[in-house]
Amino acid sequence: MTSADFSIVLPEFLLAIYAMAALLAGVWFGKDALARTILWTTVAAMLVIAAWIGLAEAGAHEAFGGLFIDDAFSRFAKVMVLISAALVMAMSADYMERRGLLRFEFPILITLAVIGMMMMVSAGNLMSLYMGLELQSLALYIVAALRRDSERSSEAGLKYFVLGALSSGILLYGASLTYGFAGTTQFSGIVQVVQAGHLPIGLLFGMVFLLAGLAFKVSAVPFHMWTPDVYEGSPTPVTAFFATAPKVAAMALIARVVFDAFGQVPDEWSQILALLAGFSMVWGSLAAIGQKNIKRLMAYSSITHMGFVLLGMSAGTAEGVQAMLTYMAIYVTMNVGVFAFILSMERDGQPVTDIKSLNLYARQDPTKAMAMLVLLFSLAGVPPMLGFFAKFSVLQAALHAGYIWLVLLGVIASVVAAFYYLRIVYYMYFGKEVDPLDNRMPAIQWVFLMVSALAMVLGIFNLFGIEGAAQAAAAALVN
Amino acid sequence: MQHLLSIVIFTPAFAALILALVLRGGTEAADRNAKWVALTATSVTFLISLFLLAGFDPSNTGFQFMEKYDWIMGFQYRVGVDGLSILFVMLTTFMMPLVIIGSWNVTDRVKDYMIAFLVLETLMVGTFVTLDLVLFYLFFEAGLIPMFLIIGIWGGKQRVYAAFKFFLYTFFGSVFMLVSIIYIYFHTGTTDMPGLLIYEFPYTPVHILGITVPGGVQTLLWLGFFISFAIKMPLWPVHTWLPAAHVQAPTAGSVVLAAILLKLADYGFLRFSLPMFPVGNMVVGPWAMWLAVIAIVWTSLVALVQTDIKRVIAYSSVAHMAVVLLGIFSGTQQGIEGGIFMVIAHGFTSGALFLVVGVVYDRMHTREIAAYGGLVKRMPAYATIFMFFTMANVGLPGTANFVGEFLILAGVFQVNTWVAVFATTGVILSAAYALWLYRRVVFGDLIKESLRSITDLTTREKWIFAPLVAMTLILGVYPDLVTNIIGPSVTQLVQNYHDALPDKLLSDLVEH
Repeated sequence: MTSADFSIVLPEFLLAIYAMAALLAGVWFGKDALARTILWTTVAAMLVIAAWIGLAEAGAHEAFGGLFIDDAFSRFAKVMVLISAALVMAMSADYMERRGLLRFEFPILITLAVIGMMMMVSAGNLMSLYMGLELQSLALYIVAALRRDSERSSEAGLKYFVLGALSSGILLYGASLTYGFAGTTQFSGIVQVVQAGHLPIGLLFGMVFLLAGLAFKVSAVPFHMWTPDVYEGSPTPVTAFFATAPKVAAMALIARVVFDAFGQVPDEWSQILALLAGFSMVWGSLAAIGQKNIKRLMAYSSITHMGFVLLGMSAGTAEGVQAMLTYMAIYVTMNVGVFAFILSMERDGQPVTDIKSLNLYARQDPTKAMAMLVLLFSLAGVPPMLGFFAKFSVLQAALHAGYIWLVLLGVIASVVAAFYYLRIVYYMYFGKEVDPLDNRMPAIQWVFLMVSALAMVLGIFNLFGIEGAAQAAAAALVN
Repeated sequence: MQHLLSIVIFTPAFAALILALVLRGGTEAADRNAKWVALTATSVTFLISLFLLAGFDPSNTGFQFMEKYDWIMGFQYRVGVDGLSILFVMLTTFMMPLVIIGSWNVTDRVKDYMIAFLVLETLMVGTFVTLDLVLFYLFFEAGLIPMFLIIGIWGGKQRVYAAFKFFLYTFFGSVFMLVSIIYIYFHTGTTDMPGLLIYEFPYTPVHILGITVPGGVQTLLWLGFFISFAIKMPLWPVHTWLPAAHVQAPTAGSVVLAAILLKLADYGFLRFSLPMFPVGNMVVGPWAMWLAVIAIVWTSLVALVQTDIKRVIAYSSVAHMAVVLLGIFSGTQQGIEGGIFMVIAHGFTSGALFLVVGVVYDRMHTREIAAYGGLVKRMPAYATIFMFFTMANVGLPGTANFVGEFLILAGVFQVNTWVAVFATTGVILSAAYALWLYRRVVFGDLIKESLRSITDLTTREKWIFAPLVAMTLILGVYPDLVTNIIGPSVTQLVQNYHDALPDKLLSDLVEH
């Protein structure tokens, strides 16, 4: 390990050291005595590292002979991953603590998952790709089953594990085919084997399997089956985490693979991504209609949104990647707000996730209801909320790439999707009198909800600098 | 004033923000304050918009009061008015104070109610004056949110169904416009409307799924916009959301819907369909005119058999909006001037008629025609007002509606005699359902026990109707007030339209 390499992976390295130190400290003091402290120091550590990465000087570096790439694209994705993980943890502290779920392992597992994600988005080689992916996945399997005494939570963890293992197997098979036919696991090597416009059949199969494995991670239809069950069964903070950081990392990873390794043959993979996008948009919208549980509904909502993100990527252009990154940033912001609200949904101190329990919530707490209204319309992509601009940019990129039918499918799916978001608005505003929810909401959740809703409105005046960063990130990936 | 137009757009929104942030709702005093704030804001907006009218130069057919700022994602905040749009703005600012007075009796969540209407006003005015396609879409669509809440929260028994139908229908229509807008942006690299108005979109035929589309891209873009506007207008056969929404919406909601929101579609036809896609309009426009003819006859007949007063007026709105469409799509000076004239006249009349229904609904809490009869005995002033607006709705000479209908029919006649013939039957049918409705509600014996104690118009109600009566009469006897303002712009539009269609016969567009 030369010092040049070392300085490039320093953020990940320090975070890993921190995770181990925290683990030791947690074991040493025992009985979750330090759980709270560790959680908040983890949040702080992640935010500091996010700031560090975000403010780092521009430019691209490679470490360990191309295993690890540090460029504008990976930095953009890392900052998003770190910030969303930190925010989700900060807003779940109260929830976890009151339900006795706040074990010191939780922040540590999240940290390990985040390190995995940071490796994923920086991967320049199939080996480092798999290492990052597995580090992330193993940590996530455990947090899904965090509530050991709950059947649902254990089921979620097990289901996620079994299907995740299957998808890892598919991915590995794809990686081995790719290695066999390209003779290298390095993305920059694969891209040289793939001559412009020509892809050997073996490599094509390798790519298809790789993409299938990765599609599982972003829960694109038809690899989405685990999503609703895992979202529903996991404790809500874990669900909130699932809906944000891993999605960013997995999307960024797909972008890395298709652009860095197969950038010469965009036609081959863009139709796969387009197909996944079409299925996800349509099925995500249709299946969400009948959902009664808000966590399941958010699962289908995330499937639909991933469809739109894939639509942007399938354009195969820098514009598409920029649209996709902007979309992810807006999506994560919305989800943090919505999950801050879902975390606070309680009746008599017990968490409720039934949509019907929101009946006439607007009367009970107009401010929070208004914030949710903004977020839901934003998720539905109704102007003037920022969610509309997210959709606009991916649709625009897809239209440039000539996917006119897919664009039409997408906008029709968004009309269908509008229905189920409106249904929540309907319960909150026009419903009938039921037992009200508890009024309790920790300040931090309230602040996150409000800030996220405000961002959806104020974002249309100024995108908070995301535009420029996303553009630089896209330029770094596509050249 | 450099920012006059922006001030007109955002004054109501600013008042809404003040209401939302400063006023604590719930108490009776707060409710009263909310009403007064809303009334003041809408009145002030109207007064400011009068400066707009005063400073407007009709002979200049370009955009005036232009403002331009950079906005996100490379779009621009760009507004301006011309002869086509200024009267739409004036109609909106004129109607809104009346709408607020008309909802003085609201008791449920008054603050939220006023906020919804104020936000809606900003969005409607914004739609009429924006000169950037994306900004247009934003204003056009965002109006759905407050209207969805207005119908859903303060509506009648089936409000949920009506609110969902309203939202999903119009949202569905609009996404096709969105795709068209994205295509235009992709094709031309700009969303600047003044630039696009003089851009000539390609019209060589294209093949889609083995079908040859004459007029090519222009036809497709025209259709994309048309689907959205046709649903908004609403045109037969996609009009079914309107009666539901009208019947379930609170009175003020119906007034805004009929008087202003439906007009967004007419404005869209004038701003996009004709000037931007003239060839598309030439190819498909005649079909749209036949749909409008069906709409006129069909909905007039349907109006005859309704048992709910609001439904009758709702269907009458559909029929009248179809007449406006005929005028605009005729592409003649008279037809288009008549169309704009009718938009304004219908804004006053339909708004007034919904308020007329609101008056008895406030007292009796039913809109069944059968529940009324003989009102003239207890409510002479009311009967007079109702009579006046019924006549205006029918298009009696002397009212503004007559001028509009006459100009439209004269314009349509030059283009297609048969369409004009069928459209004229609409005038007769509208007399049938409107007068019959009036007879059943107002005349006859006062036999219903519950009606014996009904009271006549209050002073507040008289004040709502007075300006509407005045405007309908003034424009009816002195139409130059309107045509002087819109005339030059319409002439320009018609000329550009016909210049853009030089000797292009339909057959040329198919062959190539």
